[in-house]
Amino acid sequence: MRVEGKGLINRDTRVGFSFDGQRYTGFEGDTIASALLANDVRLTGRSFKYHRPRGILTAGSEEPNALMTVGEGPSQSPNTRATTQDIFEGLVARSQNNWPSLKTDILSVNDAFTNFLSAGFYYKTFMWPRSFWEKVYEPFIRRAAGLGALSGKHDDDRCEKAFAFCDILVIGSGPSGLIAALAAARAGADVILAEEDSRFGGRLLTETYTLDEKPGHIWVDEVIAELEAMDNVRLMHRTAVTGAYDQGTYGALEQVSNHLAAPHADAPLECFWRIVAKQAVLCAGAIERPIAFPMNDRPGIMTASAVRAYLNRWGVVPGREVAVFGNNDDAHRTAHDLAAAGVKVAALIDSRPDADVSGDFPVYTGAEVVDTKGRLGLSEVQIRTASGTETLKTDCLAMSGGWNPTLHLTCHMNGRPIWNDSIAAFVPTPNMVPGLDVAGAAAGVFSTKGALKSGLFRAKKALDALGIKTPSIPLPKAEDAAYNITPLWQVAGKGRAWLDFQNDVTTKDVKQAAAENFASVEHMKRYTTQGMATDQGKNSNVGALAVLADATGRAIPETGTTTFRPPFTPVSIAAMGAGGRGKGFAPERFMTSHAATVERAAPMIEAGLWYRPSYFPRPCETTWRQSCDREVEMVRESVGIADVSTLGKIDIQGPDAAAFLDFVYTNTFSTLKVGRTRYGLMLREDGYVMDDGTTARLGEHHYLMTTTTAAAGPVMRHLEYVHQCLCLDMNVRFISVTEQWAQFAVAGPKSRKLLNTILDAPIENESWPFMACGPVTLLGVDARLFRISFSGEHAYEIAVPARYGDALFRDLLARAEALGGGAYGMEALNVLRIEKGFITHAEIHGRVTAFDIGMERMVSAKKDCIGKPAAARPGLVDPERERLVGIKPIGEVKQLVAGAHLFNPNDEAVRVNDQGYVISVCYSPTLDSNLGLAFLKNGPARHGETIMMVDHLRRLEVQCEVCHPVFLDKEGEKTRG
Amino acid sequence: MAELIAKTPAEGLLPVTAGTMTLTEILPACVTSVAPFKGQEKAASAALKAACGMTMPGPNRATGKDGARAVWMGQGQVFVLGPDAPADLSQYAALTDQSDGWVVMRLHGTGAEDVLARLAPIDLRATVFKRGHTARTTLLHMMMSVTRSGANSFDIMVMRSFAVTAVHDLTIAMKSVAARE
Repeated sequence: MRVEGKGLINRDTRVGFSFDGQRYTGFEGDTIASALLANDVRLTGRSFKYHRPRGILTAGSEEPNALMTVGEGPSQSPNTRATTQDIFEGLVARSQNNWPSLKTDILSVNDAFTNFLSAGFYYKTFMWPRSFWEKVYEPFIRRAAGLGALSGKHDDDRCEKAFAFCDILVIGSGPSGLIAALAAARAGADVILAEEDSRFGGRLLTETYTLDEKPGHIWVDEVIAELEAMDNVRLMHRTAVTGAYDQGTYGALEQVSNHLAAPHADAPLECFWRIVAKQAVLCAGAIERPIAFPMNDRPGIMTASAVRAYLNRWGVVPGREVAVFGNNDDAHRTAHDLAAAGVKVAALIDSRPDADVSGDFPVYTGAEVVDTKGRLGLSEVQIRTASGTETLKTDCLAMSGGWNPTLHLTCHMNGRPIWNDSIAAFVPTPNMVPGLDVAGAAAGVFSTKGALKSGLFRAKKALDALGIKTPSIPLPKAEDAAYNITPLWQVAGKGRAWLDFQNDVTTKDVKQAAAENFASVEHMKRYTTQGMATDQGKNSNVGALAVLADATGRAIPETGTTTFRPPFTPVSIAAMGAGGRGKGFAPERFMTSHAATVERAAPMIEAGLWYRPSYFPRPCETTWRQSCDREVEMVRESVGIADVSTLGKIDIQGPDAAAFLDFVYTNTFSTLKVGRTRYGLMLREDGYVMDDGTTARLGEHHYLMTTTTAAAGPVMRHLEYVHQCLCLDMNVRFISVTEQWAQFAVAGPKSRKLLNTILDAPIENESWPFMACGPVTLLGVDARLFRISFSGEHAYEIAVPARYGDALFRDLLARAEALGGGAYGMEALNVLRIEKGFITHAEIHGRVTAFDIGMERMVSAKKDCIGKPAAARPGLVDPERERLVGIKPIGEVKQLVAGAHLFNPNDEAVRVNDQGYVISVCYSPTLDSNLGLAFLKNGPARHGETIMMVDHLRRLEVQCEVCHPVFLDKEGEKTRG
Repeated sequence: MAELIAKTPAEGLLPVTAGTMTLTEILPACVTSVAPFKGQEKAASAALKAACGMTMPGPNRATGKDGARAVWMGQGQVFVLGPDAPADLSQYAALTDQSDGWVVMRLHGTGAEDVLARLAPIDLRATVFKRGHTARTTLLHMMMSVTRSGANSFDIMVMRSFAVTAVHDLTIAMKSVAARE
């Protein structure tokens, strides 16, 4: 029900929305909760376990009951707190965890079986038979107990991530936060003021306090206007600081557009911020706690501060006859505010016999609520006074068990709060998060004047730490009421008394946990699930541990608290992982030939971040094998073109370049002549093979190293490590030039013929022999030509500055096609190299040595190199190691598969008989046979033997012959041709 | 005779505009990496100064101006953007042509800082990251070099093959920032 003349909503703008299919109207500035209460809707959801009818309990982010699914279709957002979601025109909200409807929920039958569903119920009941857990019990329980669900469909809404930096982060914008931000801002510090609400002001918006005789919200507006005008201040509302992390980093979730009816198409839904602050002041206020009295969970029973908030901020009163029940003076404000607004106050019930209460309404001191009635909403309460029990008609009960400082962030680095008896609450221990100080109610200072003083004082401390002088700021005149409280954790009586509303945990559950010796607060939490719901027990933690303390005969400080962990409020995974969806997961690297390659319909495969063509299909070809076989034959018989730009290229210069290479490679490069290229092998420090590739000597002190595509980054890192840590004195400099050059393999018997059509000065076999390299010009462009071969053919690699890559690739293809050749892709490249027994990272997979791949003689005896001593360890030169061989099928079955294992013909194919494994396979059109490279125990000594290839997965047993790993042209005559 | 047609690293991708911000490709005539040899830092700096008018920048700094800028790129490594590196510099430093290896872009306009705040994890506030400051950091998943070239402008470099993703990521962030204004 609306109250005329109250509230900070804009009554000129009506907003239509729906809840469970029913249309309602609210005003601009309403949350779903305030608008529903204005429409006299009290029932908003069903509880987790018992499916009990529940209503709105609070007016903030701590709300445990009024969780809704907002939106429809793929982007529906479950478990949205009605108390924090603004309404907008067309908003669609649905209640959760009920069937067929909120008012008639079949599973509320659970409520009748309360005695069975108590703490530990699942552990005790669903143990037998064991196999039933996964198939029967768990699916059923998940269906019966739960909250909202995602749509299960792809959600196109976009979130984003962002970083922010500041001198002082102020978290919360109540009186302490505002004065802290104002002081820091006026002092000239870079300030971020973060407020989780849609509006700055905190409790100043929800109370009738005056500051300097002005209504609280007017003072708020003045301060915000001043801050807004300053360049050094960033005001972030709808931004909940969710976690405190190392080195002054705070996580924060900003609601960007999920409160808007028609957000900008490019605006994200939410933004997840990482704010790095030199100093931070936590001014997060406090959360009022409920009282655990019997049947305290009915719709219409709310916290007293929430009732005030709805009245003062939203002009809504949640009932027609409101009763107030509390154990502290603050609760009295609710009765007074309601009475002043003309709302009937049914009673003010104070549990303290000595409470000082006055008011124009019935007052009961030393009294407690002992029962309530009303199936879908509160209709009456029963109170017990010194003289007996009494029944009161009321449709809204405002309760207050006192206040808990919102100190969660201070505990995010495993700090523990300390108990303060005078306010019967935990308060932050100083310095639990470095650089984070706490002010106002969050520090247990509850009066407005106290909060202002505390905010200013903590801001000054933060400024002092930064060496900034704090300007003098007169504090506004504000109330300074004492906060008197006598703890009341639970009210004895029949019926269940809820502690954790969201997870349906009652005082009985906690006592049962204690009785079953789950007496530690952390054990109690897990046994009862108290505090494990999406609200993380914001309302219930302290109450539950007080009940536990009582049940175990300990004091509260002795019992301790559970651990507060980030996030303070729920953060969607979509926000934390923003930007990572689809291709956002990893960047794409494209070669200069990409466009021309895609135009030729080549399927692209990923090689690290690079995209490379698998094969180049021709119109008549229907399978990849057809294209691959053709491309292999093309290279063997005429000429093929392949983009090899993805191979790492490292430019190495300096007087010690040769010595440096001698140290990182197993073989010698100081003896390489200028204008020549040499194959090199690189070991890790542990003696295993790291990478291989060719290195060209471009000048006396100038080399160009190539690496494999996969190891381009790791090799660069390795070189940096070796230079910076092992041989800093070497005068050598290196830098990646992978991207500077577009490089193409021109391979096949007609390669020179093709090249001579574009080279400005033609080459001959004598002038440019195998392994020659040097500068050339082609079509007027400076280029580099290398006579190297990864196919075993007479072949070259030609490199041009990347700007010409696209043009040269197209040009080379046209010329190759005119000669009966064309482009070849990764599949053909792989077949060509297997035929020649050349290794890739399939073979040098990190667990093989130079000895294993038959390259032990490449480890020079004349010099030291990285990995040489380690590679000489006895275990690494044992002839019985699995070493590289070729295999060919010789039986009926011809199929070879990589990953299959090798066994002696008469052995059973089990682990203990394992002789090795197959690492690369292909069909060779050149030799019309399947070929495989394999690692076989003592392989080189077993050429000619028969071995069985067994693949248990594919049920393959293939008889093979062991042979030399080079299947084609062992002498390398073709490359020299 | 046939001629090879050159393509720029961001050919067909730029410029992009969102709100008051623009992202354009910059095409320095030449980009050379300069890595002074041991003990030659001062001599290299002097030779660069004599030929191009700017000294070798220290860590996280850039010297020179539009058209002739030297940008720190890492330990002992500077990129000279614009002029050809003077020939005599090769006595003191390893020179490597990088003219084709990187895409160079300028993000300009109010909100440029906010755009980068969505992509880079470093503090780019004007009071901290001033004109002539540079950093090697990340642009989402890519490594980048970012230099403040003006009150509202940043010069960004990523390796050439990343151009498509870099422009895509920058465009999304630009639109996102523009949508909030």
